[in-house]
Amino acid sequence: MVPDGKSIRVDLQLIADMIEPHSRVLDIGCGDGILLEYLVQSRHVDGRGIELSAEGVNASISTGLSVIQGDADADLKDYPDDVFDYVVLSQTLQAMVQPKVVLGHLLRISKRAIVSFPNFAHWRTRVSLGLLGRMPVSEMLPYEWYDTPNIHFCTIRDFVALCRDLDIEIEELKILDTNGHIRLASTSLFSANLFGEQAVFLLRKK
Amino acid sequence: MTAGKDSTDDKVDVATEALPGHHVRLATEKPLALDCGLEISDFPVAFQTYGELNADKSNAIMICHALTGDQFVADTHPLTGKPGWWDLMVGPGKTINTSRYFVICVNILGGCMGTYGPKETNPETGNPWGLDFPVITISDMVRCQALVVDHLGIDKLFSVIGGSMGGMQVLEWGSMYPGRVFSAVCIAAAAFHTAQNIAFHEVGRQAIMADPEWVEGNYLAQGKNPTKGLAVARMSAHITYLSDQALHRKFGRRLQGRDALSYGFDAEFQVESYLRHQGITFVDRFDANSYLYITRAMDYFDLAAKHDGILANAFKDTPVRFCVISFTGDWLYPTEENRRIVHALNAAAANVSFAEVKSDKGHDAFLLDEPEFHRVLKGFLDGAIEHWSNGQSEPGGAD
Repeated sequence: MVPDGKSIRVDLQLIADMIEPHSRVLDIGCGDGILLEYLVQSRHVDGRGIELSAEGVNASISTGLSVIQGDADADLKDYPDDVFDYVVLSQTLQAMVQPKVVLGHLLRISKRAIVSFPNFAHWRTRVSLGLLGRMPVSEMLPYEWYDTPNIHFCTIRDFVALCRDLDIEIEELKILDTNGHIRLASTSLFSANLFGEQAVFLLRKK
Repeated sequence: MTAGKDSTDDKVDVATEALPGHHVRLATEKPLALDCGLEISDFPVAFQTYGELNADKSNAIMICHALTGDQFVADTHPLTGKPGWWDLMVGPGKTINTSRYFVICVNILGGCMGTYGPKETNPETGNPWGLDFPVITISDMVRCQALVVDHLGIDKLFSVIGGSMGGMQVLEWGSMYPGRVFSAVCIAAAAFHTAQNIAFHEVGRQAIMADPEWVEGNYLAQGKNPTKGLAVARMSAHITYLSDQALHRKFGRRLQGRDALSYGFDAEFQVESYLRHQGITFVDRFDANSYLYITRAMDYFDLAAKHDGILANAFKDTPVRFCVISFTGDWLYPTEENRRIVHALNAAAANVSFAEVKSDKGHDAFLLDEPEFHRVLKGFLDGAIEHWSNGQSEPGGAD
């Protein structure tokens, strides 16, 4: 339970702050429903969730949330156009089989999309790969290359380019540095891409 | 509002009238139009209730029973003496808490525990209806339940809940009466009967019809009973309710009451003995023609067909909060079929929850002690009652 006023993980707080109260929200990969419950309690949203793991789904439904067991790759195509105000894809994009298709669906079914992911161009990743010659393993990316669910890493620049291709407008980009501090990244894409360990994009259709 | 009158007049078959619970005659003023085109009126309906209906009549839950279930959800069964079929689920302090909710369960139309069905008397002939009873559908069962809800003076059910064929009724409730149910829980069901589902049912029906005691459905008038056929139907169906693992765990290849093979055709294996027992005890409480009618109704069930072949259209703009639950080990109504319902509800932008519960106990898992299943269902109902109290029944929530 996340009662009113309680704090949640800083990246989730960042996402929550982008969402207008009383809106209709779909959280894809909602885990055990922490963000969704926070949004329902503190933003009074009409919240729905999709989650792959049975444990996450059952935990979410058990707290009264509307969550379905499924995954974005397979289940987004069923939703009609523009039924949500926001869809949230938090730390999940890199695990999608078809991230480009999923991104297209997000802005088909929703007015806005909030997408967060680990930035593969963060300086630590660059050091690991460029200097040490090893795939990066960190608190943010805890998996070894052979057991990672993350099959489509990208950088902030890559994602910006994809949005351009798909005619998606970036309304807001915020980054979290290694210390979990929020930085507004509108000034320099170069520095965002170097110092942002996580990126949170607020997107809308052009 | 009242569509029937409490039946103290004695047109109901004595045997079923003697059963505990409520007995009413419904559609006394306006006939009930069935899918087959016929109309029925002034017919008996038996139902059971648990808990108390609150002052504003906002705590009612309709439980829809499955093929061989009946209205005795949570009390001792009057014919078998066994606990109700969902005794684990329904009762004071249980997952469906009768200290909080008023639970209604109606013996389905076409059934044999007091509601109008083929064993009831055809007023024109004075004999049991037999195969002259109109063919009924899942929708007809739900229409009949709606008459009971009218009779009780309830505008809107807080929830309608059912597993298996009960889940099909839940889907029909959500589709036909979206304004009269706040939430709907469809468990281990499907939006249509597959060829395999129909095939298994046909085996059961043929077993009944092959019994010489069935006499073209006129056994009651002739003092006969196709118990052997009905028992075989039950045996074959019962296998579909279990899983290979569950059967193996329970019986394996163990022998019944002997240490070695006897090279004969007695019930040598425990599983044979178990199935025979299931068959024999079933015939004491079930009518063979009812079995034909109800399996037919299930085979006819195809919710999308009534909506231009598009299942989502059955739930267009629905304000109902849905919960769909499937079980990993259910091969009769597998997760895939349940997920089809979820996809349709998503396409209708409905508020839906869906959980697949891990269980290797087969289709019958919904009747068993599966803590995860109970937790999910309780969570869903608790969440729903919060929204119901807040009056947020609109599809867009707080839009």
